[in-house]
Formats: sequence, C-alpha cells, structure tokens
Amino acid sequence: MEVLDIIKQENQVFCKTKLMTDTPLSYCPGCGHGTAHNLVMEVIDEMGISEDVIGVAPVGCSVLAYEFMDIDMSQAAHGRAPAVATAISRLWPEKYVFTYQGDGDLAAIGTAETIHACNRGENIVIIFVNNGIYGMTGGQMAPTTLAGMKSSTSPYGRDIETMGSPLKITELIANLPGVYYVTRHSVHTHKHARKAKIAIRKAFENTRLNKGLSFIEILSNCNSGWKMTPNESNIWMEENMFPYFPLGDIKVEGKLKQ
Amino acid sequence: MSELKLMKGNEALAEAAIRAGVDAYFGYPITPQTEIIEYLMMERPEKRTGMVVLQAESEIAAINMVYGAASTGKKAMTSSSSPGISLKLEGISYMAGAELPAVIVNVVRAGPGLGTIQPSQSDYFQSVKGGGHGDYKLYVLAPASVQEMSDFVEDAFDIAFKYLAPVLILSDGLIGQMMEKVFLKEPKPRWTNEELIEKHGSWAVTGKKGRERNVVTSLDLKSEKMEARVHRLQRKYEQMEKEDLRFEKINCDDAEYLIVAYGSSARISQKAVELARAKGIKVGLLRPITLFPYPKQALFELADQVKGILSVELSAGQMVEDVRLAVEHKIPVEHFGRTGGIIHTPEEILEALEQKIINNGSIRHHKTRESSIL
Repeated sequence: MEVLDIIKQENQVFCKTKLMTDTPLSYCPGCGHGTAHNLVMEVIDEMGISEDVIGVAPVGCSVLAYEFMDIDMSQAAHGRAPAVATAISRLWPEKYVFTYQGDGDLAAIGTAETIHACNRGENIVIIFVNNGIYGMTGGQMAPTTLAGMKSSTSPYGRDIETMGSPLKITELIANLPGVYYVTRHSVHTHKHARKAKIAIRKAFENTRLNKGLSFIEILSNCNSGWKMTPNESNIWMEENMFPYFPLGDIKVEGKLKQ
Repeated sequence: MSELKLMKGNEALAEAAIRAGVDAYFGYPITPQTEIIEYLMMERPEKRTGMVVLQAESEIAAINMVYGAASTGKKAMTSSSSPGISLKLEGISYMAGAELPAVIVNVVRAGPGLGTIQPSQSDYFQSVKGGGHGDYKLYVLAPASVQEMSDFVEDAFDIAFKYLAPVLILSDGLIGQMMEKVFLKEPKPRWTNEELIEKHGSWAVTGKKGRERNVVTSLDLKSEKMEARVHRLQRKYEQMEKEDLRFEKINCDDAEYLIVAYGSSARISQKAVELARAKGIKVGLLRPITLFPYPKQALFELADQVKGILSVELSAGQMVEDVRLAVEHKIPVEHFGRTGGIIHTPEEILEALEQKIINNGSIRHHKTRESSIL
C-alpha cells in the first residue's frame, strides 16, 4: 500500500483537533495544558457550537490560549476572567461563554471574582487547571501548593504555620447555591482524559440548558515547575496531589455528593 | 421623548445612559456617586431598553465586566469615585492596551487615601497623565453642569467608538450631587446584535460566525509588535488633539488677566469673573472641556494677550503644571484652590487673582515654581 492510500480520510483513525490552530503550543513538553486545550476544543467542535463560543483567557501559562484555540477569545486581566465572562454572558445570553484559568489566577488574585461569579450562578463554564504552582513566572508557591512542597518562594517547603494550607477552592465553590456542577479530573492518562472530556461536555450542555455555573477542575502536572521529568511528575501528582485533591464529582445537578 | 427636569448630576448621567442606548452598566457603591447605580436599579432599564445593570463585588470586578462587555462591541460603562477609580486603573490600562471602547465616570472626592466624601478635583494627574501603567492616555471630558453630566454620556461613547479607546468623564462631588434643570435628550434605541456585528464585527468577540476568529488582548510578547501597538495608540491621541479638542472662552476678548478652570471650579470662577469686572478688572475665563486633549494652543495664544493666569482647581495644584507648559513661561501662572473637600468661593478666587497675579505680576518670571494652597 502506498503512503497516500494510508493517509486517505477514510483510513484516518485520529487527526489534529479541528479547533486547535497550527500555532505551536507554548507549553512545556509533558504539561497537561495541551491535552486540556484539546479536550475543550473537541467538545466545542463535537457540539457544533464553535461559532457561538466566546472564551476568556487568563494570565499565567495559558495566557496565550487564544493563540491555540480557534474561537473568539478575550484575554482578561490576572484573576478577572469570571468578571469578564459574567458581562459577556449577560450581554450575549445565547452564547457559550467559558473561562480557562490556572490556580494562581483563579484561587489567589481572582478569588473574589471567582466566588462572586459562582455565587451569582452565571451561566458559564469555568475550566480550572490546577498544577499547584505558578508555572509562567517560574515555579513560585501557589494557593494550591501542597504542604511541604518546594517552590522558588517556598524553598524549604510550604510551611502551613506561616504560609497557610493549600486552598480547596473547588470544594468551597461547590457549597454556593448558584453553582450547578462541580467536578475534578486529571488528563495525565488516556483514561483520565476521556473522563475529563465527558465532564467538559456535560458542562457545556449545562450552559445550553441555562443551568447556571459549571466548574471543572483539571489537576495537571507542572514538570518544569516541579523540577521533575514528565513521567516523574505524573507519578508525583498521583501520589501527592490526588489524596489532597480527590478526583470525581463534587456537585451534580445542583446537589452536593457525599 | 425629550424632557426638561430638575435632577441631581448623578441621576442625570444615569438617565442619559439609558437614553443613549447604553447596553450595560457595572458599578460598586461609593460616595458621592452611588445615586448612579441606585437610579439605574430603580428605573428598571432592563425593561425600558434591555440595558444590563449589575452591582459588582468590587470596583475591580466592575471595570473587568466593562472590559468583557466592551470586548463584544457593546456600549458599556462604569462609575466610581476617586478611591474606586484607583482600583479600576489596571482594567482601564488593559482597555487602552486592548483598544476597547468604554466610558468610565469619576465623581471625584478629596484624597489621598480614603480622604473625605466632599468634592475635589485632585484626580487631575491620575486622569490626564495615564493613571494606570503603560503608555496610554484617556480622552477626558470635564462636565461643569448637570446638563453636561447628561450630554457627555453620548459624547463620550461617540469618542470611545470613534477611537476604540476608553473615555473618562471627570466630574466631582459638587456636580454629581447638585440639582439643576436638565434637558434630557430623545431616547435612542440600543444597537441590535446585527447592527453591532455590522459595525464592529471586524474586531469584537461575538462568536466567529462567518469569519476568522477575533481576539481581544493587550499582550504582545514580541517587542516589535508591542512597540507598533504603542505607536498606534499614540497616533490616536494625536488625532484626538487635532479633531476632538473642546474648550470654552468666556469674556476673553478684552481680558487682561485670565482664569483657567474646569468642572465645578469653572462654574465658581465664572462668578469670580463677574465680580472682577464689576470692580473694573478685565478678567476672562478659559474652560477646558476636554482635559486631554488640552487647549494648549489657545492658552499659548492668550499668553500674548493677558498679563497673568490663575489656574483654579479644587486641588493642591495639578492642572497648573499643564497651564505653565502651554504658555511656555511667557507670563506668570499661579495656582489657587482649596482642598480636603472645601469649595472655594468666588470672592476667594478674586482675592487670589489680585494677590497672586495682579498685584504681584512683575516678580513672577523669576519666582520658584512652588504653588501655594491659599
């Protein structure tokens, strides 16, 4: 068989996500952001809503999300994506509006905007990528950095006494009445990525049905920031992040899971 | 329909926003401008025109909601007072950088810090010299009456959309709180989404129906691209200076002395001019209506006619620096103004003019530049 026969469309079992641009990703090799981007774009493509989606990019590693996602996007100031998305959604109620934010953006500088957008039950999707560190600025302590975990601003490990505990903002958010769907996933294996995609699909379906706010946390490694190989970082994430930030649904259809 | 009403400045501005077809207002309570959001909430603009009014969790959230709304080509505004505007400056800088049209209203109170809730004009530097970070300027309109609080809303949006840039209405607690008659314009309908896409579909994020994606951002990691963006902004500001400068000359034709004042100080100075002329002193008033662009050329030319200028502002002396720059030290320029929320009287202004300019004119050229408060 000739090469040209093999790459015929009908023989294709996988191709690049249609709604990802050809711009090379700026993420470190091994980082979860690329997969998370792919999943969100695949869901939007599969739902056929790419012309009715407005995304909001954060400040942090994914500040350039608009370079990779082939949809209309507005890039927000640090932490303010939920406020930006609130206005877009209020003014264009028929559109699908989502934010894509990291842990520093969403759970530190943007805590107020996050909590109040959630509390108002804005009809938006929040994709929250939690890698427990400030990646873009080079590995500083984040609100979600685990106890004892080393970073460039906690070089001797996060000391709970003086630096506070890692913030479980997702559990906090789940308690707000305006929030309809809260779930935590990871994308480091194919199995986990498939589950995350189902959750993302559910979130955008919630927007379609005007159900209110859907909050998807995606745990990710940060091999550069954690100073590990990609594989080591994935193992470290399973062993250390998962026990503190357990995967699974936290709130479904407006009801907290036990 | 158009109407003549007795209204507070803040209320007139809020009513004008509904009538101008504004799509959204986002705000947070702070004295002395809270009547704006109170009026809007009371009026149910969502029923009158479909306008969205939302009380945000902070001034920061409010300005970023404006950013979001403006990203989609909608007419969005916010209002606050001095400490709240300080909080909004990051968002304003982002909007200038991302080239988004929006209107911000500052009903100024005295600072620094929490200051006091009484009127002041001490945010001049913050308003015309950037305020937030980076190489940007705001087009700044300074209303001097309740009528202008009403009229300037539409004017501000016209400029914002002409240049794709944030515009500031710099009012103060006096203009915001006082009641005057106001002629309210005929209401204009809001743009339909189709109209909006036709006008602003080339840049606004409305969903990429039938076109390539649009992106709103102020980020250019490549220095050459960022410099090009900065240059593009500067060209807008140059065009504003050429095409959209606004000022008013009162009794300037035969003037031997000049008062320069904007907003509430211009209203009070107008009375001071009357008092001076009753005494036989030929005083004129130049009222900048836009603080950026600033009437530099008019002042430069008047400096060949008058013997001295008193810059009157409810501040410790901010605008006086621009007056001095404009007249290039050809004649003496002094500042007079009360601070801390105290409003100067016409008599005080006349007295300051006589003491600082008229009776003291000859030594001015060599005097150091400190400006006395009283």
